[in-house]
Formats: sequence, structure tokens, C-alpha cells
Amino acid sequence: MLPFVLRRLALSVPLCLGISIIIFCLAHSLPGGPLAMYMNTSTITAGQLQHVSAQLGLDRPLYLQYLDWLTRALHGDFGRSFSDGRPALAVIWDRIPATAELMVCAFAISVFLAIGLGVLSALRYRKLADRVVTMLSYAGISMPVFWLGIIAILLFGVQLRLLPIAGIGTPGQPFSVLDNLRHLALPALVLAGYTAAQQCRYVRSSVLDVLGAPFVQTARSKGLSERVVILKHVLRNALIPVVTVFALDAAHLLSGALITETVFAWPGMGRLFYDSLHAGDYPVVIGIALMASAMVILFNLLADVLYVVIDRRVQIAWA
Amino acid sequence: MRAVAQLVRNPDALGGIVILVVITGLCVFGPLWLHAPNAIDLGAFSRAPSLHHLMGTDDLGRDEFTRILYGGRVSLLVGFSAMAVGIGFGGTLGAICGWCGGVVDVALMRVVDAAMSIPSLFLLLFLAVVVPPGAVSIAIVIGAVMWMRPARLMRAQVLSLKPREYVEAAYAIGSSSARILLRTVTPNAIAPLIVEGTLLVGHAIVAEAAMSFLGFGIQPPTASWGNMLTNAQTFVSAAPWLAVFPGLMVFIAVLGFNLLGDGLREVLRGTR
Repeated sequence: MLPFVLRRLALSVPLCLGISIIIFCLAHSLPGGPLAMYMNTSTITAGQLQHVSAQLGLDRPLYLQYLDWLTRALHGDFGRSFSDGRPALAVIWDRIPATAELMVCAFAISVFLAIGLGVLSALRYRKLADRVVTMLSYAGISMPVFWLGIIAILLFGVQLRLLPIAGIGTPGQPFSVLDNLRHLALPALVLAGYTAAQQCRYVRSSVLDVLGAPFVQTARSKGLSERVVILKHVLRNALIPVVTVFALDAAHLLSGALITETVFAWPGMGRLFYDSLHAGDYPVVIGIALMASAMVILFNLLADVLYVVIDRRVQIAWA
Repeated sequence: MRAVAQLVRNPDALGGIVILVVITGLCVFGPLWLHAPNAIDLGAFSRAPSLHHLMGTDDLGRDEFTRILYGGRVSLLVGFSAMAVGIGFGGTLGAICGWCGGVVDVALMRVVDAAMSIPSLFLLLFLAVVVPPGAVSIAIVIGAVMWMRPARLMRAQVLSLKPREYVEAAYAIGSSSARILLRTVTPNAIAPLIVEGTLLVGHAIVAEAAMSFLGFGIQPPTASWGNMLTNAQTFVSAAPWLAVFPGLMVFIAVLGFNLLGDGLREVLRGTR
């Protein structure tokens, strides 16, 4: 087990390096490049720009600049935010709790829905419930998440006036858990809808696969009750590949969170990325891109490790 | 020909084809009978849908239905071009990786891994700031974010075909390696790529809509299904139809491509 995890960890080091090279190149090709901050100053002359550029070492070969940048990034130094002067990392750090809250809730709702509906759909194969769930999940995978958000605002916020449509709490009121949860409801549901449809299809096909396996027939012919067959034999096996997909989806949620946070003015990392990109605040943009990619790698690693932890057969193959 | 007949008999595929023919037909030919998409009529702003304005008018009195059709041209064009870029680049790279193997394969596949680890929307928006705005560059950017899956698919296909007898036979009659890859292996490897390409057009349309919605894609006043929704949120209580129709179009178009893609997958699996 441990050697597998270590090997897998070692493999993600070159991956991280590759990503950092891609992001460094992107950062350099942004309008204004590393000197973007000075581009907004109208009084600056070309001579002064050249001077600053030499002072910051921007006239050195690109690979030296990259190494320099990487060393600083590894120490958590992404430069200072152009818009508020604080270190970019601190600016990003402030937004992480909101994003974490949204993503964890959305993920929990999504998994709950996907397993519930997916299993129901597979057990009622080709019956009414299956057809309804299949149709809903098909519609779900074709639905653009930002439109789902706008429709949710239209329906629950404007027409029914049930839930608040923006922000993380009512402005001017002291923090209360209930108020926070009411604000969380719509964005979390919309973000959950984004992944639930896909996951539901996956659960359904996985359960159907296992239902047709010979060992299920054996279990039934032993005279086991249907309940035991389904719970102990079918679900246990069907959910093994599903866990991996779920872990990969957690990373996928990041892109959805960017849109959901923007639509619902949820003050998280995604919203910050959007605002910073509009404002040209590149240190923050680059910092978020790096952190988001690191999260994806982490979740991919988690998916692989979980797979080995859960499935005894893979463990034996590794031993 | 047999494949086409099978495709029409497949209910998913048929549904997809009908949806796509209707939408494409409307967007391509509809504007021939309609007014300019940006004609402003301040005497008729924010009108609810009626016979005169099928989908109502927006806050500047522009006819929503006209803008939907013109926007559809942009969205479909970007969708198809992005697919061409993604499939063309990814497919070629994947074929080279699978065919050459060795160091080339390992190196290029690590690039694929790295590119896949950056969350796609973050990469899309990042790239959109770097390139000059416009439909062409948006299409290239979307293609540049979506070439990785086709690359992996094509590589796997080529790898599985490489040890086949007919490839060996082609060597035996003295064909060059490049010729075998192009004339023998590629035609046999292309089926899953067709399915992937169909689904990719849908993904690209959503990506374009998301980018334009966030203000980094097609810039107003040029209409696109995405940027028509940017302002809709502001007027969501006064003019809810503005929030419904553009998104509905994206949804229906993507549904069409998904249905067709899944139908194609079944049919192609059957013929092989």
C-alpha cells in the first residue's frame, strides 16, 4: 500500500512541474506580462519601464526567470495583488472557506442524489422510474450550469421569493447559521445538479453491470433474500468504480464553482478569479490557477489511492 | 449507406438529427427574412413575447428572436470550428504518439496529463485574456482546451490496431510507415473519434456560452447565446423571457449533439 502511494506521489512531481511551466508561459503572455501593473500608469516612460524591467531581472533568459518564479511560488510567494497591495496568497486564502463550504455541500448533495436515483433507476430497469431518472439525467448533462443558475434565481428567488439569490449572508445582519444556509441553498443545489446528472448515469450503469454478473445469480440461487443480494453483493461491488469517479468529479467541481459563484455573487475563490481577471490582477489569477491545478492533482491521487484501499483484488495484485 | 439507414432507425440519433437540422436551418436561413440583429427600437423595449416579437424584446428594444438566430450562427460556428481544432490537433498528436511509441509517446502524453490537470474553465478564461477577442480566436482557445481527450482516444486506437495482421500485411507488401499510418490504420481508428467529435461540438457550445456569459468570449454588440444572458440577470424580474430563451437554445442544441453522439456510438459499435 505505502509503496504504491509513494510511487504515485513521485509521479505527480513532474506533472506539477509541467503545469507550472504552462501557467508561467501563460502568465508571461498576458497583456503587459509581469509589468502589467505599470501599464496602467500613464506617466511612465519607455525608459523607466526598461529600467524596472532590468531591476526585476526580466531581461534575463526565460528559463532563469522561470526557476526564480518557481522558487518563490513554492514558498507561497505569488507576488502582491495589484488591486489591494496585500500578498496574493493572503487574498486567495481569505476566499477559501466560502468555496470549501459551497463545494463540500454541493458534493454531498450530488453524491446523495446520484447514488439514490442511480440505484433506484437500475433496480427498476426499463420501468417508469428508470425512464424518468434517465430522462432527467440526460437533460442534466446537456444543461449549461450558468443557465441552470439563472433559472433557479428566476424560479425560487424572483417568482416564489423563497430564497435569497446573492451573497453569503444578509448584509447588515450579524452572522447566523440559518441565514448562511439559506444563502447557500441555491448555489449548492445548482452546483450539485452540474455533477449529479453525470454521476447518476455512472451509478446506474455500474449497478446494471454488476446485476448481470454470475456471482449475483449464485447469491440468488443460494436462496438469499433480495435485500441481502442487493445490499451486500450488488451495491458493494457496484460502488467500487463509482468512488473513483466521484473523487475525480470533486476536481471537476472547481470549474462549476467558478460559474456558480459568479452567478450567485458567492464570495469564493472562483468569484475572485473572475473579478481578478476582469481587473487585470494577474498575481491573484496565477495563484488561483496554480492552487486549483494542485487540487485537481490531489483529487486524482486520492481517486487512485481510494481505489486500491476499497478494492481488495487490486491490493492483492499490488502485494 | 447501411450506417446511415441504421442511424435513422436509432431513436436517439434520429431525435438528435431532427433537433440539429431544425436549429441549424433556422440559424442559417432564418436571418434572410429578418431585420438586422442590432436594430434598436426604444419605443418597444422589454416587451413580453407576442406574435410580433416571438421571444419578446430586450432592454434596448432589439428583437430577441432575431438576435437568437444571429447568435446561433456564431455559437454553432464556434462550436464546429473548436471541434475541428480539438479533433484535428488531438487526433494527429494521439496517432503520432501511438504509432511512434517510445520517448515521443511518453513525453507528449505527460503534456496531455499536465494540460488535463488545469481545471478547464480556468484555463479557458486565462487563454481568452491572452488572445485577441473574436470568434476565430475563441474557437481556437476552446479547441486548445479540448484536444486532450481526442489525443488519448486516438492513441489507444492506434496502439490497439498496430499489432493487427492487416498492418503486418501492409508492411509485407512494402508500404512505408507513414503510408500505413495514414491509409491503413487511421481509417480503421476513426470511429470513436467521430463520436467524440459530435459530443465535443456540444461541449464547445457550452464553453463558448460560458465564456461569453462571463464577458471573456464573443463581445457585444455581436450576439451570442452566452452574452445575451449576461444582462438577463439584471432584468430577471422585469423581463424574465430574456433569461429563458438564450439558455434554452444552448440546452436544446447540446441535447441534440449528445443524442446524435450517443446514437452514433451505438450504430458504429454495431457495424464493427
